[in-house]
Amino acid sequence: MKLFTFAAPSRFYRLSGRLLPWLWIAAAVLAYAGLYIGFFVAPTDAQQGEAYRIIFIHVPAAWMSMVIYLAMAGWAAVGWVLNARMASMLARALAPSGLVFTLIALWTGAAWGKPAWGTWWVWDARLTSELILLFLYLGYLALTEAIDDPRRADRAGALVAIVGAINVPVIYFSVRWWNTLHQGASVSLTGAPTMASAMLLAMLLMTFAFWAYAFAVVFMRARAIVLERERDAAWVQGLTTMGHAA
Amino acid sequence: MRALFVALFMRDLRLTLRRPGEALLPIGFFIVAVALFPLGIGPEPQTLRTIAPGLMWVCALLATMLSVSQLYAADHADGTLDQLMLGGQSALVVAAARSAAHWVLTGLPLVIAAPLFGAMFGLAPASIAMLALTLLLGTPILSLLGSVGAALTLGLRSAGVLVILIVLPLTVPALIFGTGAVAAVEGGQSAAAHCSLLGALLIFSVLTAPLASAAALRLAVE
Repeated sequence: MKLFTFAAPSRFYRLSGRLLPWLWIAAAVLAYAGLYIGFFVAPTDAQQGEAYRIIFIHVPAAWMSMVIYLAMAGWAAVGWVLNARMASMLARALAPSGLVFTLIALWTGAAWGKPAWGTWWVWDARLTSELILLFLYLGYLALTEAIDDPRRADRAGALVAIVGAINVPVIYFSVRWWNTLHQGASVSLTGAPTMASAMLLAMLLMTFAFWAYAFAVVFMRARAIVLERERDAAWVQGLTTMGHAA
Repeated sequence: MRALFVALFMRDLRLTLRRPGEALLPIGFFIVAVALFPLGIGPEPQTLRTIAPGLMWVCALLATMLSVSQLYAADHADGTLDQLMLGGQSALVVAAARSAAHWVLTGLPLVIAAPLFGAMFGLAPASIAMLALTLLLGTPILSLLGSVGAALTLGLRSAGVLVILIVLPLTVPALIFGTGAVAAVEGGQSAAAHCSLLGALLIFSVLTAPLASAAALRLAVE
């Protein structure tokens, strides 16, 4: 098996089809275990009471939102440089999931901010950069959806994703600087120096659950894109005739 | 290459000067938008002085974005762009010349108009000078980034809104350092760090944005 074996959409389609059930099972089992430990086993926080438990959804979602943006930019760059169709399709399939995780992170952040800080939103560096990440996802999605020709949409999207990825550190540090200079709300999220091991375990389980979910849902979306773009290919038509025969 | 740059740059200036009304639209937008804020917020001098730098920066940002979406549209519509590329002319030079012309035609007037409004919002002379300086350093960044967005959305429906959505998040650092410099002067501190960072951003944009614009232009005409 060579490195580029699964660069062929047909092979990717078959492999991902075989992996999908396992990914969904992994996501469900891990999320069940993580939520159970998070909500029933992990101790109550001394300062924040029960409200802190949203961390088990909030933090993994925020991590995923950033990882997926980098993955999207990376696949888009591979698709651009090597002219690999599958890589571009993966980049396109990643974007909606990244947007959803960003929304979840912002939403749960607001829901956590209300009991913890007494306000739904503060213009904290982390919140603001996450909001700008949301705008970056929106720009990518709006551009790729607006272009009808898939090849041009892939390439234009790749440019936006790469320019965005280069700018993400600059944006993050400028926002942090802006925040420290203005000294608005001096809220720090790093106020939990020692984390109970049950909390850590729940967070890890939820992170893996989110990873499994992300893989599953991105593979499903990528499979749909593969079918749509390769609809004239013999192997796709073979799929439908087999389906009718069975 | 330099001859082509100069020729394209002068052509843009000449075309615009034949229709001066169009060239004045962004600055008109800027003036009207800035003037609306006191009406919406109230005439309190202290409040206006506090928000003036950010307000003028945001309005300059929007004025640039509104005008930049048409940067390549006319040339694309009448085939000039295709001919330039077919003739083997470098897309990089085309992008650089258009961005430069765009800045001279919209960025520079904003830099000139800003001090007037600075005075109307009650800013101190030192702050006004700093505001003009940051706009001088910052508006080229906006034109360069806007040119990338304009090239990417070339020929699309709703290109104008798309450019804004794509480019605005990328302009956040310029906005932060630009307004931060004025705030530093207002607070009696040195604005050197802000200006250095804004200058670094400008150099970075000059080096990278035309490359991205050129790639997007090639994509649009292929």
